[in-house]
Amino acid sequence: MDDDRHDITLTVNGTPYTRRVESRLLLSDFLRHDLALAGTHVGCEHGVCGACTILLNGEPVRSCLMLAVQANNQKISTIEGLASKDGSYHPLQQAMHDHHGVQCGYCTPGILMTMSAFLHDNPSPNEDEVREALSGNLCRCTGYQNIVDAVMSAATQMRG
Amino acid sequence: MKPAPFKYIAVTSLEHALALKAEHGDDARFLAGGQSLIPAMNFRLARPAILIDINGIGALAGVTFNGTTRIGALTRYRALQRDPAFSRLVPLIGEALPHIAHPQIRNRGTIGGNLSHADPASELPAIALALRARFRVQAAKHERWMEASDFFTGALTTDLRSDEMLTEIDLPSQRSRTGSCFMEIARRRGDFAIVGVAAQVTLGDRNECTDVRLVFCGVGETPVDASPAAAILIGHAPTGENLRDVAASVRKMVEPAGNVHATADYQCHIAGILAERALQAANRRVRDGR
Amino acid sequence: MSTRTLGEPIKRNEDRRLLTGQALFIDDIELPGMLHAALMRSQVAHAKILKIDVSRALQRPGVVAAYVAGDLGDYWQPGPILVPPPPIEGIIFHERTQVPLAKEKVRHVGEPLAIVIAESRYIAEDALDDIDIDLEPLPAVVDLEEGLSAGSALVHEDVGSNVSAYVRQAKGNYASAAANADHVLKRRFRYEHGISSPIETRGVVAHWDGRAGQMTIWDTTQAPVFVRNGLAAMLGLNERQVRVIAPFVGGGFGPKIMMFYPEEVLLPWISIKLNRPIKWIEDRLEHFFATTHERGQLHDAEIALSKDGRILGIKDVFLHDGGAYDPYGLTVPINSQCTLLGPYVVPNYDSTFTQVFTNLPIVTPYRGAGRQHGVFVMERLLDFAAHELNLDPAEIRRRNLIPPDAFPYKNEIIYQDFEPLEYDSGNYEPVLDMALEAIGYNEFRQEQAAARAQGRHLGIGVACYVEGTGIGPYEGAKVQVQSNGKVSVATGIGTQGQGHFTVFAQIAADQLGVRVSDVDVVTGDTDQFYWGAGTFASRGAVVAGNAVNEAAKVVRKKALKLASDLFECSEEDLVIDDGKVSIVGIPEKFVKLGDLANQANPMRGAVEPGTEPGLESTQYFGPKMGATANGVHAMTVEMDPETFDLKILKYVVVHDCGTVINPMILAGQIHGGVAQGIGNAFYEKLLFDDRGQLLNASLADYLLPTALEVPRMELAHTVTKSPLNPMGIKGAGEAGAIPGGPLFAQAIEDALDLKDRGVELLEIPLSPSRLFELTRYAKR
Repeated sequence: MDDDRHDITLTVNGTPYTRRVESRLLLSDFLRHDLALAGTHVGCEHGVCGACTILLNGEPVRSCLMLAVQANNQKISTIEGLASKDGSYHPLQQAMHDHHGVQCGYCTPGILMTMSAFLHDNPSPNEDEVREALSGNLCRCTGYQNIVDAVMSAATQMRG
Repeated sequence: MKPAPFKYIAVTSLEHALALKAEHGDDARFLAGGQSLIPAMNFRLARPAILIDINGIGALAGVTFNGTTRIGALTRYRALQRDPAFSRLVPLIGEALPHIAHPQIRNRGTIGGNLSHADPASELPAIALALRARFRVQAAKHERWMEASDFFTGALTTDLRSDEMLTEIDLPSQRSRTGSCFMEIARRRGDFAIVGVAAQVTLGDRNECTDVRLVFCGVGETPVDASPAAAILIGHAPTGENLRDVAASVRKMVEPAGNVHATADYQCHIAGILAERALQAANRRVRDGR
Repeated sequence: MSTRTLGEPIKRNEDRRLLTGQALFIDDIELPGMLHAALMRSQVAHAKILKIDVSRALQRPGVVAAYVAGDLGDYWQPGPILVPPPPIEGIIFHERTQVPLAKEKVRHVGEPLAIVIAESRYIAEDALDDIDIDLEPLPAVVDLEEGLSAGSALVHEDVGSNVSAYVRQAKGNYASAAANADHVLKRRFRYEHGISSPIETRGVVAHWDGRAGQMTIWDTTQAPVFVRNGLAAMLGLNERQVRVIAPFVGGGFGPKIMMFYPEEVLLPWISIKLNRPIKWIEDRLEHFFATTHERGQLHDAEIALSKDGRILGIKDVFLHDGGAYDPYGLTVPINSQCTLLGPYVVPNYDSTFTQVFTNLPIVTPYRGAGRQHGVFVMERLLDFAAHELNLDPAEIRRRNLIPPDAFPYKNEIIYQDFEPLEYDSGNYEPVLDMALEAIGYNEFRQEQAAARAQGRHLGIGVACYVEGTGIGPYEGAKVQVQSNGKVSVATGIGTQGQGHFTVFAQIAADQLGVRVSDVDVVTGDTDQFYWGAGTFASRGAVVAGNAVNEAAKVVRKKALKLASDLFECSEEDLVIDDGKVSIVGIPEKFVKLGDLANQANPMRGAVEPGTEPGLESTQYFGPKMGATANGVHAMTVEMDPETFDLKILKYVVVHDCGTVINPMILAGQIHGGVAQGIGNAFYEKLLFDDRGQLLNASLADYLLPTALEVPRMELAHTVTKSPLNPMGIKGAGEAGAIPGGPLFAQAIEDALDLKDRGVELLEIPLSPSRLFELTRYAKR
């Protein structure tokens, strides 16, 4: 069959984009290759590992389980938009650096997006709540402990 | 793992969705949350020629309370989790939600999508049976209501005809002095249940059981209604001993197939344990109040 | 030399790019005109190939090419042997290595049959459906014992059997030790390790520039130099025409050092043929078949003891599942064979193994690299011996530990570094004591009894191990002071998250008196550093780290010499700090390192004979043998006696890897290793059926531990420096992953009183369902 293509307009990290995409193009591939926002990573393409997590209208979702066409008229946030425009870190990024929560860094963007939304909704979590919120993101390098410490520390920071 | 090609149509009305489905039948699939369908498409296990995106049909989402609890099929798990009124009125679903996948999945997945997918290990079909839910199924030219117990016909198979969509789930109001409990055993939180149980107990004035519901997921191709195995409780207060008898009956009744994570005998064993523990908890919740 | 940063938890230089999504991983590479590859893989484990017809695929719009084995001509050849068999007397080894595309026969599910090149990966996958395959299935060899029995199907007919290798190593005389022993215990063990499953799968991008005569290959490899050398030879190119770059790699763990994977071999050839850049990214489903595994061993082991629990000897006969091909030689089973000896005095040892060909994916090292299997056997034998002799499990271990004055301790048998196994240094008893103290061993029995009175089942486990690390052959490093005063370090190994950009910077920074953040490290680019082996076997910090140290020392010496000439004083009167060389006591008399570097590269005035321009040095470090690290893990668990659900209450690691460069990075390595050990012991199982089909090929069913399954870990360490390298370092990358199996077995047996009930746990992995099956007919 011929390509089924659709025009979409969406905002990513505050910047509007208009593109024509094939209907089956996954949102993860669209962000990474069409928009050259390669910070969102692909780990499994079946919704388990969480590496591809982005924010859709502020809520964390698996970008490998969405089609680019479904992002039409939506607001997407990716890792590239997490730090401030002047380059200064979001408290979570700073905390991950301070607590050595990053080793290979492949799962990191998905975790940062997930936890930034989590802390927005849960500003004072305990360790169990952080681990539960983290359980949808797989990391093979860190054993999670330093990531948990980083999130708890960032939460304290963000509460001011 | 990229999906095979398809034609994509986004609709904003139920009429349009049903008209398309009537036209294309089994060549078309509805795209709701996509959390079950898109992985299947990425594995190329599902290859619909046409994908009808129904996420734009606002009317299909939402919960209303009017004697019964009506849930639109497009209601996302997340919306249910955030609705305190809903958790009070339907505690079984409220208790099960944290076991369903992970927050990222729950932000997209819908109750209608889950029920239509009919995974034997999925929690909501079992809960729907336990609550004696009724489903509204619509097609372009007709609609029908059916009992949840008639909806699930096999593994990943429902009674939906090729032109139909599940649009609403109707839950009868919970009787007074009713307690419930959902429990599951899974290898990791959020994984499909090895065995899960939805239990509900209604007590009379003497704390005797007047109604009991006991439905399992994971031990059959469809949810398994083991309420008959718990019928011996009717007229009696649940005790350690009669609950053990229920467990034994349950073990004789269920015929699980086993899977990559558990032998059939383990599933059987767990079914009995969960029956006991869930009924005990449900009973306690009524007697001690929530 | 200053040791300002050695032992300090310096934060990582590499974090910013990773935290902001700006680090280059393989799938981020976009090149003009780039095409995409997908591989047609066998769905059958063992079959004769009757037909592969790609003609319909070639007709699909967007498909540019499709190749089968026959299209490769002379380029098609089995891959080189990567690790030859060690020099062991009587060894049998049948070399059969993997091929780029299957010809005549398919030997495991996932083996590539054809490759399609298209405008996008989407179209390439569409085209796989167009390929016509006709295979005649053969019985699959899956079970090790059946594979060795008469009448079994043969994975390689020309071998005449499914024996890939046979090795017997011995020290002393086990038979006479057993004859004179007070106790002899025999058991059969089955240990299965799993797959590495990093969050980033593999990938290759090959770019042939015909006009420049230059091949650039980006590859998620842990061994860029070897890959460069091998591919240059295969392609008939000069080594300097080929550049292999390992970009940021999302986790390696061993299988990314398997080399000459079919995709690595195919893509450069195709790029030359089509004169376009080609990209292949392994998807998660492929990863279960296309990247190497570790799997199982079956051990018949016996231990001879004196009545006070001293080991008189051990005999072990085991089968090792090597998979369909054996390019990695015997590294994994030799590690099992040697690491079984552990930190104990074992005067007599007789160990035999047969590596078996099976119709399953190739087995090559995955974090631990076979050590797990050996450690499981030894630790379990000691546990059963303790039970029979009525000894405490920690006590029986203590009685057998190699004493601190016995080093270097010779274990005689040949190790993976091809040298007789020798432990360079160690002090084992304090490590055991610290672990027992940290886990609360002495108080635990009371705690356990009190919990049991409330119906709760707690259990405790302790496991000891040694780990041979830091083996040769060598690594090299180039250190250079640049004119802006920053230091550049290049080395040939790759990085997959271990913090090389920081650890190597620390070493150079300490020698050269600069800030760690002013040292820029390049790893894994063969144009930046020509020579080396790779990141594996817990050797990065030891071998490359020492090479960096040696090179930095020479640069330091050069700087001091130049400054002493400049200031007309002796080198002893100078100090290097804060990027400057100054005279001791006269800080105003200084010269910046960057300026010295400029002066060493004069625009006028020749460089003296025997000297070199600039402040730069390239040095190599090649240890003769590996350094032996050791550790003890201890764990308490709570079990649900009805569901067999398990919760870890406390997990303690005490570890000795000699000099610690960066304790924060070390701790991270241990945490990650422990998580993989937990996965191996209780969650990860490859489920093959008798036709060699993997039944759980997805992350939904191959269970990696999440933040809810991995507990908080308490770490401590001791330091017994290695005499084998100037920095005294031992490797640490694999340690966390090694003793998880016996730890779980011991703790679960303890929680459920299994030994008293007549049930012994002789296998890994375990799971609640498996525990149910093993205990259902127990005595009580």
